[in-house]
Amino acid sequence: MESELKYIDIVEQPISMHPKKFALWLFIVTVLMVFAALTSAYIVRQAEGNWLEYELPEIFWITSGIVLLSSICIQAAYFAAKKDNFIGLRIWMVLTVLLGIAFLVGQWYSWVALVDREVFFVGNPAGSFLYVFTGLHAVHLISGVIFLIIVLISTFRYKVHSQALNTLEMATTYWHFLGGLWLYLFLFLLLNH
Amino acid sequence: MATATVAQQDSAIYEHHEQEHHEHEHHDNFITKYIFTTDHKMIAKQFLITGMFWAIIGGFLSTLFRLQLGFPDMNLEFLRPLLGGWIDEAGKLDPTFYLALVTMHGTIMVFFVLTAGLSGTFSNFLIPLQIGARDMASGFMNLLSYWFFFLSGVIMFISLFLKTGPAGGGWVVYPPLSALEQAIPGSGMGMTLWLISMTFFIASSLLGGINYVTTVINLRTKGMSFSRLPLTIWAFFLTAVIGILSFPVLFAAALLLVFDRSFGTSFYLSDIYVAGEALPNTGGSPVLYQHLFWFLGHPEVYIVLLPALGITSEVIATNSRKPIFGYKAMVVSLLGITVLSFIVWAHHMFVSGMNPFLGSIFMFLTLIIAVPSAVKVFNYLATLWRGNLIFTPGMLFSIGLVSFFISGGLTGVFLGNSAIDIQLHDTYFVVAHFHLVMGSASFFGLMAGVYHWFPKMFGRMMDAKLGYIHFWLTFVGVYMVFFPMHYIGIAGFPRRYYSWTNYEFTNMYTDLNMFVSVAAFITFAAQAIFLFNFFYSMYRGRKATLNPWSSNTLEWTTPLHPGHGNWPGEIPTVYRWPYDYSKPGAAEDFIPQTVPLSQTPESNLPHEQEQVKLELEIMKEEAELLVANGSKH
Repeated sequence: MESELKYIDIVEQPISMHPKKFALWLFIVTVLMVFAALTSAYIVRQAEGNWLEYELPEIFWITSGIVLLSSICIQAAYFAAKKDNFIGLRIWMVLTVLLGIAFLVGQWYSWVALVDREVFFVGNPAGSFLYVFTGLHAVHLISGVIFLIIVLISTFRYKVHSQALNTLEMATTYWHFLGGLWLYLFLFLLLNH
Repeated sequence: MATATVAQQDSAIYEHHEQEHHEHEHHDNFITKYIFTTDHKMIAKQFLITGMFWAIIGGFLSTLFRLQLGFPDMNLEFLRPLLGGWIDEAGKLDPTFYLALVTMHGTIMVFFVLTAGLSGTFSNFLIPLQIGARDMASGFMNLLSYWFFFLSGVIMFISLFLKTGPAGGGWVVYPPLSALEQAIPGSGMGMTLWLISMTFFIASSLLGGINYVTTVINLRTKGMSFSRLPLTIWAFFLTAVIGILSFPVLFAAALLLVFDRSFGTSFYLSDIYVAGEALPNTGGSPVLYQHLFWFLGHPEVYIVLLPALGITSEVIATNSRKPIFGYKAMVVSLLGITVLSFIVWAHHMFVSGMNPFLGSIFMFLTLIIAVPSAVKVFNYLATLWRGNLIFTPGMLFSIGLVSFFISGGLTGVFLGNSAIDIQLHDTYFVVAHFHLVMGSASFFGLMAGVYHWFPKMFGRMMDAKLGYIHFWLTFVGVYMVFFPMHYIGIAGFPRRYYSWTNYEFTNMYTDLNMFVSVAAFITFAAQAIFLFNFFYSMYRGRKATLNPWSSNTLEWTTPLHPGHGNWPGEIPTVYRWPYDYSKPGAAEDFIPQTVPLSQTPESNLPHEQEQVKLELEIMKEEAELLVANGSKH
């Protein structure tokens, strides 16, 4: 035991991070770049005039709250897994998944609200952009929910515990990112519409 | 305990691979070995062969439109068996098909040959071998990356045979031309397939790029610090970083274009009349597309070029038997080019009606790129200077790259000036510029890489004499093709035009165009020499030695035919940088990276001599622990 510990102190190994986690971060960068491009396009286009003014759907406030709650839930699930609290882990994971689905439903109703205001996907780019932002974000969120469900299933098989946290850590990272991405988009829309 | 030691990890991986290898001997069938493989070396070969296939198609398309440009009155009836309805009754090439030809030539060459064929081949092949890794971080992602590329190629290939022709709006596919089906025939199904194909291509590039960056950062062997990385790896690494940051933006641009085309949105469309009919779209901006496209489009130039520059650094240093001049300056200039590549995109749009003040900012930033580029050229020349030059075919192609990089780069300084660009924009001057500095230079980098690493890929040597013939025909040919285009461009002739003979001022260039076309045919035909050499040497070439170029880097420490896992034993440790060529005092003119400083006291520099003690200590401790760990198993 002692020699093993000693070994780690001595060897200088450039391996610094779990490769899959690192790849996930790079994937997050690519998603970020897509949205950076779209929001920049929004600003550039807006500056050219002929821009439809409309009120953002109020439901965005609710869905933003849901996304925040779901982030708290998955963090709680992570802490539970760290303590090998399997019941807590499952409850928090289920809650996260449910909140994720609730968020998607809420985003759908934001589209309904937009249609009620006669802001359509086809029409002035001001409206089209909003549909693209929410739609593309929802696509990524669906991928996140699928990821969460996969992790949830593995929690029932006792594959997630304090010694095997990698997938859960990755799911947590991705989920926080998706929540943060939505908050960024919402803030961006609040400031630039 | 999560305290797996490095040695244990290594041996575990090794055992794992051995096991795999063992299994392979029994179960490895054609499909898992050659088709759905996760071995980075085989995937690299897949990229190379596919890239060569596309290079032949792309080159062939260019001969077709060079026929039209060089011999406008020629009867092209003999092409009817191949092109069918695209040759009209009078034996002329259909003008819309001409547009499709230049579009496909550009798309294929830029994306399929010089991005996938170059980066895909050499990043895959060299990254694990040169940093000392068993394979890429994720073999499965690597497999997906190739097959997405393959699928994207299949879709693009199908689009060539559509009745309405492939996409014809230029490789930049600017809307509104590309967004409206009624604009030109190529904007119909051909454009749709183009967009689908590019979506898969973007996915492929991102999967590849994420893998390359992860591998370089996380899987380097012991002692392989960033300051000891070969410049090839630096170049591939930064290329992947550029790709990760810029391809998503192309995806965003293409997504909005898809919505405009198929769903009726107006991101890029506004107030358009086609055939006397007003379209309902209002409020869009075609310039928006240009901004998004060139935010990828310009970095794409460096995605194409940087790997070629990296390969050149390695080949020139090895064959000059000299350390690369200014290693740090090379790395810094690569970094500089990487950063600058993202803030110069609007120099493609000087005439799009942008604010002239903004234009001067982009002009200023563009001209700054000349600085790191010049640093690189200077360092190549300084490395060559008074070296013991060995003119292998790879070396010749590398020197050819430097030549194109200079002659094409100089015209870049002209074009970067917004005032001159107003005159030269979209003329053959631009065509000459980017074909030299980006197209030919990168192509020569690709060729240098193939000639240099062929022995590692296939365990045999390519024929050097055929290589020389191939080099000289191609090198002279490229200048014959592209140099005259500068004059045509200065005279004001725009690119992408079907016919030269309609105006008096362009009539006088008919002879020059004929010359260019003939040169292009010869250059294209000369590539057959390479193809023969490549495939013949693969089976019949002279057997290679383990380190045929007396090179320092790690890939030459593997067996002649490395298996999946690359090194049969432990992964070698690295003790020095890769450019210890002709070190004063050393017995031989190269010291591989795996030779410890303590074994070369005669050639160590004073500061290296100081490191020897530390190195010996670490080695001693490691040896003790290896023994301790070994006894426990």
